[in-house]
Amino acid sequence: MGRRVVLGLLGLGAVGVAAGPYLQRAESSLAERDPSGLSGLLPGNNGFRYYSVVTSVPERTAVDYTLTVDGLVERPATHRLADLQAMPQRRLVKDVQCVTGWRVPDTPFEGVPLAHLLDAAGVEPGAKAVRFSCFDGAYTESLTLEQARRDDVLVALRMQDNPIAHDHGGPVRLYVAPMYFYKSAKWLSGITVTDAVQPGYWERNGYDVDAWVGRSNGRDDAPTS
Amino acid sequence: MRRRAELILRFTRAERWVHRTTAALTGVCLATAACLYLAPLAELVGNRPLVVTVHVWCGLALPVPLLLGLASRAVRADVTRLSRFTPADWQWLRAVRARAAHRPAGKFNAGQKLYAQWTLGSMLVIVGTGLLMWLTHLAPPSWRTGATFVHDWLAAAIAVVVAGHIRMAWRDREARLGMRTGLVERHWAEREHPQWQATDAEREHPHWQTTDAER
Repeated sequence: MGRRVVLGLLGLGAVGVAAGPYLQRAESSLAERDPSGLSGLLPGNNGFRYYSVVTSVPERTAVDYTLTVDGLVERPATHRLADLQAMPQRRLVKDVQCVTGWRVPDTPFEGVPLAHLLDAAGVEPGAKAVRFSCFDGAYTESLTLEQARRDDVLVALRMQDNPIAHDHGGPVRLYVAPMYFYKSAKWLSGITVTDAVQPGYWERNGYDVDAWVGRSNGRDDAPTS
Repeated sequence: MRRRAELILRFTRAERWVHRTTAALTGVCLATAACLYLAPLAELVGNRPLVVTVHVWCGLALPVPLLLGLASRAVRADVTRLSRFTPADWQWLRAVRARAAHRPAGKFNAGQKLYAQWTLGSMLVIVGTGLLMWLTHLAPPSWRTGATFVHDWLAAAIAVVVAGHIRMAWRDREARLGMRTGLVERHWAEREHPQWQATDAEREHPHWQTTDAER
């Protein structure tokens, strides 16, 4: 006995690190087939997790929510939730991949293609990028203009076929399907067209600006889009 | 409260401080982990970068009290005691399983030794996997997934075992006083740790106290 307990734990830990990716996958596939939902209580389970960088986030509803579009555009605008709902919508069903490892399969998002909003505002020549701001007062994100015009980038109004709840970044969040989920800023309140990419909140903390799933942040996850 | 009589030294000041600071760091790590991990708490607390910073630095500091404590002879002596399993310890484990009364133990019984070894082993693994998650350039991404997996499960196990540790302490006031003041009553020591004074190397330098004052 004696030191064997300590050495045994160290050995188990090393085996766990080596086998972890496989065990994680086994746990995830088990959780998908579990009707009781009890597996959601297990450590390391997949599923959305709540990350916020501030102490509290104000709630916005259809009454007081606005999204401004400004910067290098010909027609700056402020949209209410109803305005956004009246615009053409697109529904995408893809996996969500967080840079911390969790992945939620086949999650429907629905909203206005970002390209539509940019076209409506009329991007001026010389514009290179888009900066996003959020009504939590702290979070920011950014995309190159080319990335922002992709057809799998939405200003999302619905998630999992319901209006987006406050905890998931509602009523309106960004959805950048091909990138790690930190690019999909929650509580979206502003879109500013700029002449250069300005790194967002997590990117100033060391994460990649071009956050393609599987091709950035030193990870090799399967692409989501 | 009854006055405690015939007290003997169980833990020196250094030992108590190692215990106290390790316990505080573990408590902060578990609390911040809960705020990062459990959705209702995460929503309540927010402030993710701050909580992460506190968690990481308290985690890194976890082994420090013990390492500093090794400068103390009493701490080193107890580390030696805790790392040696004797035939009496096997007897103690069998007695627990059979719910028998005769449970031979030195300064530490077999359960306490297992707990101490679990603490050291799990601490090394949780700090190691934490480092892999924190210093992302240290290892390939698949290691990080594995480290996250081990870190999550081990953290849950540590929370359960720590709860058990607190429950054991809760049920034995004298044991608690021993860790808080360093002193225990002799008749408690003779009942719970019958071979402590007799078999101990300390026999030659007995720390018998005649005072009944708590330090």
